[in-house]
Amino acid sequence: MTGYQQARWIDEDKLEPLIFEKSQEGEAGSSPYPEPIEEPDLPKELLREKLSLPELSESEVVRHFTRLTQMNYGIDSGIYPLGSCTMKYNPKISEDLAALEEASCLHPSQPEGTVQGALEIMYRLEEFLAEISGMDRVSLQPAAGAQGEFLAMLITRAYFESRGEERSEVIVPDSAHGTNPASAVMAGFSVTVVPSNERGRVDLDAFKDSISSDTAAIMLTNPNTLGLFEDQIVELVKAAHDVGALLFYDGANLNGILGKTRPGDMGFDMVHFNLHKTFGTPHGGGGPGAGPVGVKKELEKFLPTPLVGYDEENDFYYLDHARPDSIGKIQSFHGNFGVLLKAYAYILLLGASGLVEATEAAVLNANFIQQKLLKTNGYELKYDSDSPCKHETVFSAEPLKKEFGVTAKDVAKRLLDHGVHAPTYYFPPIVPESLMIEPTETESKEELDRFINALKSISEEASSNPEKVLSAPTRTAIGRLDEVKASREPILTWKMYSRKRE
Amino acid sequence: MRKLALLVNPIAGMGGRVGLKGTDGPEALEKARELGAKPIAPDRAVEALKILKEEARDLEVITYPSEMGEEETQEAGFNPQILGEIKPGETTAEDTKSAARDFLDQNIDLFLFAGGDGTARDIVSVINTEIPILGVPTGVKMHSAVFANTPEDAGKLAARFLSEGLPLREAEVMDVNEEAFRQDELDTELMGFAQTPYESKLIQAGKLPTAPTGYEKADQESIAQFIVGSMEDNRLYIIGPGTTTRAIKEELGIEDPTLLGVDLIKDRGLLVKDAREEQILQEAEDTPATIIVSPIGKQGFILGRGNQQISPKVIRKIGKDNIIIIATPTKLESTPKLKVDTGDPELDEEFQGHIPVIVGFGLRRTLPVT
Repeated sequence: MTGYQQARWIDEDKLEPLIFEKSQEGEAGSSPYPEPIEEPDLPKELLREKLSLPELSESEVVRHFTRLTQMNYGIDSGIYPLGSCTMKYNPKISEDLAALEEASCLHPSQPEGTVQGALEIMYRLEEFLAEISGMDRVSLQPAAGAQGEFLAMLITRAYFESRGEERSEVIVPDSAHGTNPASAVMAGFSVTVVPSNERGRVDLDAFKDSISSDTAAIMLTNPNTLGLFEDQIVELVKAAHDVGALLFYDGANLNGILGKTRPGDMGFDMVHFNLHKTFGTPHGGGGPGAGPVGVKKELEKFLPTPLVGYDEENDFYYLDHARPDSIGKIQSFHGNFGVLLKAYAYILLLGASGLVEATEAAVLNANFIQQKLLKTNGYELKYDSDSPCKHETVFSAEPLKKEFGVTAKDVAKRLLDHGVHAPTYYFPPIVPESLMIEPTETESKEELDRFINALKSISEEASSNPEKVLSAPTRTAIGRLDEVKASREPILTWKMYSRKRE
Repeated sequence: MRKLALLVNPIAGMGGRVGLKGTDGPEALEKARELGAKPIAPDRAVEALKILKEEARDLEVITYPSEMGEEETQEAGFNPQILGEIKPGETTAEDTKSAARDFLDQNIDLFLFAGGDGTARDIVSVINTEIPILGVPTGVKMHSAVFANTPEDAGKLAARFLSEGLPLREAEVMDVNEEAFRQDELDTELMGFAQTPYESKLIQAGKLPTAPTGYEKADQESIAQFIVGSMEDNRLYIIGPGTTTRAIKEELGIEDPTLLGVDLIKDRGLLVKDAREEQILQEAEDTPATIIVSPIGKQGFILGRGNQQISPKVIRKIGKDNIIIIATPTKLESTPKLKVDTGDPELDEEFQGHIPVIVGFGLRRTLPVT
């Protein structure tokens, strides 16, 4: 195996202390800011006697955070095959562009005439996304994927209200993205989860038995979270439209279809995008993200306000607020502009043919891993192992568990020792001991081989020296966490930590 | 240190190999012995205990004398604390109950027993849901949802529960009328409920609380809130047995509802407690009605087992479309298919296909009925 040893900064037998613990009274860096006002004119109740902030010199602060990054792992360190999350390499040029003063110092309330460039970028990005998805109009407002799903559900509600129809139910397959049911319930619908068949696709009979004139929408992901294409999509769409329901495409991850097929062509009425997945903007740690929503013509009037409009005659971009049927705003101002800009740059960098190539490489990479792992003891596919996958593949480590007591979690932990980020595990829930692998298009064959070899060696180790797998990771800054303790006694803030220590 | 109570019903399962379908009562036992039946429970208990010994460290074990646990625990390498007294070779259901009583105030983390439905019934009649129980399957009748699939699984499950913590779920304790069973009639009765640990396929182990107030309870509450929120006035609600359905009655603030019977609710109040078939028919005569039931864990029966009061006649009167099935996601994990056994094959046939089950607030799953 390739050598790997994560940095482990230790201070007096303890891992790099918290910044509060490093604090020394009186220490400070130089500050370019003026001294605070001695006696601010504020009500007494709002004033604090003491503010517990760490006190360190500039170099100490820089070193502290540098050490933390060295004890971390990210897509810039190596492969990050976290299925369903599309952890692809984020081009640095996109970061540079978003950091330009012209982009980062905009104020959302600036007069339209002073932000024509920004509005043009948003307008064009809308057009790109509409073209990519086969939709007629796109709103860039949602700041996260789940917010995009939620918006689609609000649009669904508005659509049926406008028709004077009362529909209460949304159908979601059990292989759908985890947030779908919550988004529907948040919008006031009840949710019925439909099972998959033995091929890992939606069970068409159960689906038909579940839909009715009370069904408002169907939320589908295609390819689904097993990485399998719903090959009965035409029948599914027809059955749903026959009862008058809308079809929402969860496009969190479009990495398997760019330029190959489009939700609009499959018959979907709505789609959302996670720009922070497919379109190469950074994600993790809670954002910022962007989850635009595209719709077909008849739903356009319900999109949030404002949309970006273009007055061709005067060559002028503007924010269109005059939309009486709109569901209103779903996010302050215009969404996360910095993320939108990075996605726009990504699309321009690759171009139409580049996006198609990205999808082809992503699917090829996933299939390369699938074929190699199918020949590896200890891992198996639970569904349709004869057919190729799309951008991701979900293996089960159940054989390892049955034979050696080594679970998917143990495999994931041991992978860290190989300098490889673990796949998503225990999701989707319809696969026991699941390892959901999505390599993305940005990994080289050498990196894929490294990942496959790591999984192979873990499977061998499970039989020869299971204790090693069960006690992993040992080459990381922190070993296996006591998850039971962590969930029973969570310490989430410095305050909680201090209280606990007392 | 975790504390395990272990009890072996040495005669459980003896009737099986000699075709007796159980050893409830002294006559059946004697007959089994005459037919040459040998005890099987002790060996199976040892099998489970050996795995437990291997996988769980620092375990305090208390048990009952000689073949009711002392011998088995020692053979597996434990050094148990012994309570109570028995007459070796002449153990009865009373011994099981007195053991349960003796274990009750011992701060037990898990009550592991080797036996069958009868043993589970005797234990639960004393401890109810006070202590989590887990069965090493050794009996002839095992309709209760408290048993692991094999002695090996029981040992593993117990070890993980005691060392890492696993979630608990409600489990039905069922028993069959042995007399009827010997006549090849299956007459299962719901005897009570237990708390039992289980290993979720859905959620990685160790992330859940081990208290009986875990996700199961929260899920029951959210189902109950959803049901109560959609209740209509002047409508009869026929509520089947179980803790999932009991949560509805709790949500309505109904005091002392029945756990094993069928309660009738109207206008958010208790109309008839523990109703019989004719009372149900009488109340539903001129009032629109809804039946709310929960499947029997693992087996999946929604009608005809444990709720025979909801007879074919009642079901036809109320209508299939007015039946609401509720179950927590954890229960459905081990219950992938639903079954109907009303005793009326034609009616059972009408249920074939798919049916929605309410599994949370505004959340249903479509399940096959076979």
